[in-house]
Amino acid sequence: MSGWSHFGHDADMGVRADGGTQEEVFEQMALGMTALITDPAGVAALEDVEITCEAPSTELLLVDWLNALVYEMAVRRMLFGRFAVKLDGTRLQGVASGERVDVHRHQPVVEVKGATYTALKFHRRDDGRWEAQCILDV
Amino acid sequence: MDRNLLIRESGFRWRIEPKGPMRVPGILYADESLIDGMDVKVHEQLSNVAMLPGIVSAAYAMPDAHWGYGFPIGGVAAFDPDAGGVVSAGGVGFDISCGVRTLLTGLPCAAIEPLKQRLADGLCRDIPAGVGSEGSISLDEQQMDAMLAGGARWAVEQGWGRAADLERIEEAGRAQGADPAQVSDRAKRRQRDEMGTLGSGNHYLEVQRVAEITEPAVASAFGLKLDDVVISIHCGSRGLGHQIGTEFLRDMAIAAAEYGIALPDRELACAPVSSPLGQRYLGAMRAGINCALANREIVTHLTRKTVMRLLPDATLDLLFDVSHNTCKEEWHVVDGRRMRLFVHRKGATRAFGPGHPELPAAVRDVGQPVLIGGSMGTASYVLVGTEKGEALSWSSACHGAGRAMSRHQATRTWGGRQLVRELAGRGILIRSPSMRGVAEEAPGAYKDVGRVVDVADAAGLARKVARLEPLICIKG
Repeated sequence: MSGWSHFGHDADMGVRADGGTQEEVFEQMALGMTALITDPAGVAALEDVEITCEAPSTELLLVDWLNALVYEMAVRRMLFGRFAVKLDGTRLQGVASGERVDVHRHQPVVEVKGATYTALKFHRRDDGRWEAQCILDV
Repeated sequence: MDRNLLIRESGFRWRIEPKGPMRVPGILYADESLIDGMDVKVHEQLSNVAMLPGIVSAAYAMPDAHWGYGFPIGGVAAFDPDAGGVVSAGGVGFDISCGVRTLLTGLPCAAIEPLKQRLADGLCRDIPAGVGSEGSISLDEQQMDAMLAGGARWAVEQGWGRAADLERIEEAGRAQGADPAQVSDRAKRRQRDEMGTLGSGNHYLEVQRVAEITEPAVASAFGLKLDDVVISIHCGSRGLGHQIGTEFLRDMAIAAAEYGIALPDRELACAPVSSPLGQRYLGAMRAGINCALANREIVTHLTRKTVMRLLPDATLDLLFDVSHNTCKEEWHVVDGRRMRLFVHRKGATRAFGPGHPELPAAVRDVGQPVLIGGSMGTASYVLVGTEKGEALSWSSACHGAGRAMSRHQATRTWGGRQLVRELAGRGILIRSPSMRGVAEEAPGAYKDVGRVVDVADAAGLARKVARLEPLICIKG
C-alpha cells in the first residue's frame, strides 16, 4: 500500500512517501504536498493539467515535478487531488487533476513557495519498495 | 544543540572551530538557553556555509537561528568576488527580499479602540491574503519590466505610495543592477496577478500598540511614542521571487561542478560572483528585491486607503522598510581594509549603525531602524543598528523569533478557532482565511522573541528601542 506522511522541520514541512514503483512515489509525494495545503480528498478532479519534466537524476526530477505543480497551482489558482505519473528514465509525463481554489470549502493553509534540495532522498529500500522525501518551503 | 560542540568566546558569542573543508569559523550569537534550544542542524548548516569559496572572516548565525535549507535561517555570510567568492541562490532563499515595514499612525491607542472591529474587517476585506488570492492590479509585459527595474519607486510613480516613503526604504526603494531580462517568463507569469498581496504562512499585516520604550532619544527620532498605534506589514516578492529561487537553485546546483565547487549540501547552490551564471542570478535576484519593495509599497497604499476611511487623522508615515532575505553588494572593513563584499542575509536584517553613509538623513545620526516581527499574539520590536555591528556581523541582526515547533506539531497542539477566541479575550483580533493556518502560526510554536531581542541587544548587534504589542492581525 503506497502512502505519504509529513515530518517536522524547524521552519518548513517535510513530505515522505513510499510505493511499489517510482511512479507511485512521485504520485504520493504530490498528494503529500497537497495535504500541506488542504485535504486532498476534498479536491474535485474537474480539470486535468499535463506536466512534463526532465532532469539529470531521479532526485532532481522529484524536485522538478513538485516545483512544476507549485507553478501550475499558483498561475491557475488551482489545487490538485489526483495524480498520474509515467516515467521514461528521468523523463516524466504526468497529469494533475483538480479544481480552482475555493477558500471557504478548501480552507487552504499555506502556499508552497518551492521544493528544496535539503534532506532530499529518492531510493530503493532493502524490502524492494521505493521511498522519497523532500522539504518544502512554505 | 550540545554546548560542547562550541567554544564560548564571550558571554553571547560562540565559535565553531574550522575543521576539514571549512575555510573560516562559524560564529553564533546566543545565550545558553538559545543554544540549548537550537537544533544541531544549525551547527551543520553553518559549518557547510563556512566551506563555500571566497567566504570572508566567518559564517555568522543570529540569535534566532534555526534549521533552514542550505543556510540556517538567521545566517549571514559575506563573499569576496576577487577571491572566487560566490553568490548563492540557496543563501537568499525562495522568498527574495521578504521583509517588514512599519507605518506610524500618529494616533493614540484610545483613538482606534472604538473602531477596532471595523478596522479589522476593513483590512481583512481590502488586503488580499492567503492561498489563491489575487491583487486588483494586473501587469502586462512592459509594466512588469518597469516594476522589476523600479521597485517601490515605480509603485510611487504609478500613484501607489508616497514619494516621502522612498528615503525610508533600503537603497531608496530601488535595488541597483536589477535586470528584468534575467527573470524568466514563468516567474513573470506567476507574478502577473499577485501585486499587492500578502501571501500566506508567517506573513501578516498587524496593527500594534507601542507598549514600551527603552531608548527614548532614539524612539523620538523614529517618531515612536508610548501608547501610539503603528501598523507593520510582513511580506515578500510573492510568486516571482519563489520562481526565481526555484530556477536558479536548480541551475546553480547542476553547474556547481563545472565551477569546481564541491557543494556540502545541494541547497547551497551557488556560482562565482564573476561568472555568467552568478551575474545572471544577481540581475534576477535584484529584480526580485524590487518586486518585494513594490509589493510592500502597494500593500501600504491599500492599507492607507482603508485606515484613512475610518481614521482620517492618521498620518501613516513610513518609519522604515527592511528586507531579511537578500544578497547585497556592500563595502565593509576587513582587517583595516575596505572591501567590496556580497553579503547574504537569510532570515537576518541589515542593521547599519549611526553615521552610515547609506542611511537617510532623517535617521543617520541615530542608526538604522531594525524591525523584528513577532508572530500573531506575541510582541514585535524596533531596534537600532550599532557601530559595533560592523565588526560583529557585517552590520546584521536577527529578524524574528524563529520557530520552536514544527507546523506539524503545532496543528496537533492547537486548534485555530480556539486560538482566535483566546487571543480575542486578550484584546487581539485575528482575521484569517484558514483556521488550520492560524494553528500552524500559533504564538506558542515560536521561540520567545523577547529573549532573542535581549540577546541581540546584549551581544551588541542592535539596541532595543521599543516593544510593540498586537491589536489586530491579518494573517495570510
